[in-house]
Amino acid sequence: MKIHEFQAKQLFRDAGVAVLEGVVAATPDEAAAAFSKLGGSLAVVKAQIHAGGRGKGTIKNNPAQRGVQLVRSADEAKTCAANMLGQPLVTIQTGAEGQAVRRVLVESGCDIAREWYLGIVVDRGCGLPVLMASTEGGMNIEDVAEKTPELIFKEAFHPDAGLLPYQVRKLCKKLSLSGASAKSADKFLKSLANLFVKLDCSMIEINPLVVTKAGELVALDGKVTFDDNALFRHPQLADLRDKNEEDPNELRAGEAGLSYVQLEGNIGCLVNGAGLAMSTMDIIKLHGGQPTNFLDVGGGANAEQVTEAFRILLSDKGVKAVLVNIFGGIMRCTTIATAIVAAYKQVGFNVPLVVRLEGTEVDEGRKILADSGVDIINAVGLTDAAQKVVAAAKGN
Amino acid sequence: MSILIDKNTRVVCQGITGKAGEFHSKNCIDYGTKLVAGVTPGKGGQTILDRPIFDTVEEAVKQEGANAAMIFVPPPFTADAILEAVDAGIKVVIAITEGVPVLDMVRVYDRIRDTDVHLVGPNCPGVITPGECKIGIMPGYIHKPGPVGVMSRSGTLTYEAVWQLTNLGLGQSTCVGLGGDPIVGTSFIDLFKMYQADPKTEAIMMMGEIGGSAEEEAAAYVKANVTKPVAAFIAGRTAPKGKRMGHAGAIISGGKGTAEDKLAALAAAGIEIAESPADMGAALQRAMKK
Repeated sequence: MKIHEFQAKQLFRDAGVAVLEGVVAATPDEAAAAFSKLGGSLAVVKAQIHAGGRGKGTIKNNPAQRGVQLVRSADEAKTCAANMLGQPLVTIQTGAEGQAVRRVLVESGCDIAREWYLGIVVDRGCGLPVLMASTEGGMNIEDVAEKTPELIFKEAFHPDAGLLPYQVRKLCKKLSLSGASAKSADKFLKSLANLFVKLDCSMIEINPLVVTKAGELVALDGKVTFDDNALFRHPQLADLRDKNEEDPNELRAGEAGLSYVQLEGNIGCLVNGAGLAMSTMDIIKLHGGQPTNFLDVGGGANAEQVTEAFRILLSDKGVKAVLVNIFGGIMRCTTIATAIVAAYKQVGFNVPLVVRLEGTEVDEGRKILADSGVDIINAVGLTDAAQKVVAAAKGN
Repeated sequence: MSILIDKNTRVVCQGITGKAGEFHSKNCIDYGTKLVAGVTPGKGGQTILDRPIFDTVEEAVKQEGANAAMIFVPPPFTADAILEAVDAGIKVVIAITEGVPVLDMVRVYDRIRDTDVHLVGPNCPGVITPGECKIGIMPGYIHKPGPVGVMSRSGTLTYEAVWQLTNLGLGQSTCVGLGGDPIVGTSFIDLFKMYQADPKTEAIMMMGEIGGSAEEEAAAYVKANVTKPVAAFIAGRTAPKGKRMGHAGAIISGGKGTAEDKLAALAAAGIEIAESPADMGAALQRAMKK
């Protein structure tokens, strides 16, 4: 689960990780009031969306307005917020449509001496959370990681021990922090590592992390995502979810316990298992088609969930044909067949449906379909399924 | 021979009284697996599927000689169930459960690394040695005994590959689903080691996915250590770069993880590449004829 920058910063503040003063605003007037409340001679207005690259991103219908802007008066804050609020912001991480800005964060300025990068993520390689720091902060951090990985300093830590004192000393040495700055880093880094563990985060990223002229570390940005599998341990985090930031079909699928990603093609896919779902998309493309979605019904879905999956697929007017590719394991073919029949009765199929079934209870599943009278195109094997659905989507 | 499990493996199912646990335990028994006991805390003394239920894994080991565990307990309790099996002396632990918190697995993995315990999963279909023992949720009928070792990060993609192999007349020595979570107990390299050492395995089929660097590391291992023919498929070649938040995932892998990187690394190691998911069985056949 993703959250907004202003929410992440509140979590940082509560955990003892230094952030600047800021006020959230949902209207231009609130933004102006926020500027006055902060009381400084300048402030930064930052669009709040669940995507990075905001500083270089632009408002879709107003390319002169970027997603982060320095303002020097309440009036400027108001104008800037008016430009952003209600408008889609397009960044390298949003896709061409952008994401609508519903709130802005108005934040005090600070005297920046240096801009760095800081992140924590669980590393599949070593099986532990890893804190990564680099003096090469900014948008090009991925290039830094690829071309000069030695400039990214990494320290793995056990969740129950946290970041150890010697690890902080190592990092401070590499980052050339000493004296009061090292002391500030000690509190900052340990608090952040503890927060990562305490809330079962899957990622924390601060880019840029700034060192002020006074030598203090401050989080100028904050991105936090939580491990969805661990949300049951943190019911209070449910309040931080912003469903406006999620694709409506993905949201609907998520509520039905399905994994769905919206794409731009015209062939709807309903598959069990992420690897097979990706492979199904691969083979559709190989045969000249374009999948409109990734839909993994998972292992334990029941007939009702699968019926909902069909409703979501068929509600997309761009879909010209649907491919059901099920290799039953924990999922039984009978469950899928029953759901296809139910969906046909409840929703009706206005586009051709190609079905490929194999695995657990396949014979019973095929019989349910054959006896139902539902108009389907049967496929045997992956290539046959892909060829048939691509042809069907073209109207052949 | 085979790897991990065979006809002498004695299985205890943790979480056997749950819906999935019972359904799949029955399927395993029907397949011929020596499933000797179940464990559900609080239900010790009862029976299910004509097998005794114990409160603890320790009792199942002592009284029924269990030496492998199949875990179906719900996600909040999975890490505890794995550690209980390890504590009871079980060396092959297969966790089917999907949805285990990542930091739980970090703690589990830290306990079992550098031990002789083989943990497979979580979020995996399990392990099968065709004709001898099935521990997991895979459909038994698609398999047949034979010379090919199969491994994958994805469950249903493993079934797909196995089905293609079987239809080509190529049976399998042992098939392993590694599991799709960020932290799982067994890596491709662990299995390459075992397949290379197993006399019954003559060729190895691996299915990877975009993301992470496990496939690149496996390719390097194969180049240096594996003499048996290997074929591979990478799922997600056409997957669009989805909406992302932040850079941390890309930074930790140092820019690796695209399908192109993985395919190049595999090909450089002399591994036969399946160009489409329909080509997996045929690719293994080509690798064996090389």
